Amino acid sequence: MSGPADDEELIEGLRLGSPVHFERLVRDNAGWMLGVARRLLRDEALAEDALQDAFAKVFQSVAGFRGEARLKTWLYRIAVNAALMKLRARTRRQEQPIDDFLPEFDQNGCRIEAPWSHLATPEEVLESESQRAFVRAKIDELPDNYRTVLLLRDIEELEMTEIADLLELSPGATKVRLHRARSALKHLLEPALRSETL
Amino acid sequence: MTGPRKNSLMRRVKGFMLRRGPYMIACEDFEAFIIDYLEGGLSDRQRFIFELHIKICRECRDYLAAYQRARELGKATVLEESEAPEDLIQAILKARET
Repeated sequence: MSGPADDEELIEGLRLGSPVHFERLVRDNAGWMLGVARRLLRDEALAEDALQDAFAKVFQSVAGFRGEARLKTWLYRIAVNAALMKLRARTRRQEQPIDDFLPEFDQNGCRIEAPWSHLATPEEVLESESQRAFVRAKIDELPDNYRTVLLLRDIEELEMTEIADLLELSPGATKVRLHRARSALKHLLEPALRSETL
Repeated sequence: MTGPRKNSLMRRVKGFMLRRGPYMIACEDFEAFIIDYLEGGLSDRQRFIFELHIKICRECRDYLAAYQRARELGKATVLEESEAPEDLIQAILKARET
């Protein structure tokens, strides 16, 4: 990863329109930026489109980049935004319910949760390719609006306020959605965590 | 589910105790606190009540452990090295020239 001094030299080159610096920017960052888009979009063609849109935005606005944020942070926001634009264009459909995946309580207000005799670690679960595929498929089962908030917070580690801004939600609604997404993920991954799969 | 039936005497007593006892909350109320607990948004008093509930309630303790483990598993699965194909890099560089 480049440091602030490298960033400064690179940004100066970009501002001057140097093709060498642009190529370096693209080669150094396209891989992880594409990873962000792939995670959010789960569609290779759309992710590649989003990456192209992201770099178009970078080229347009680099002259105005004031260096208040690290270059990588700035690129990160642009990549997330480009992917979210694609996601919005793709999913102008009704939000899917996830009520079936949420925790249950009895009439006394007590949680219904079968005892856990074993709680597998990620290393245990991901030992086999079939388990890995199972987990990926389960994450993909989350409706887009829940998967997105989960990815932005728990995988991409954005701040809650930033996520609320990006998704155009109130802070309270963002928290509720994140909790429901995590609860649903726990429900979906339960067979793997209990070592019941395959 | 295994363990006590959904409306067994044991669960009715537990529900009553959690609703009425000092510094106690029902599991449904505990649920609403989870996100703030993990995001560091609880006051000292709320945190005390939350952690007391974890000590008392086996179901919520198990649930929270599995909830956090699912997050770790999701992260370990999703975060993989990603590489951009050369033709895509070329397309991006070419788009800038035009």
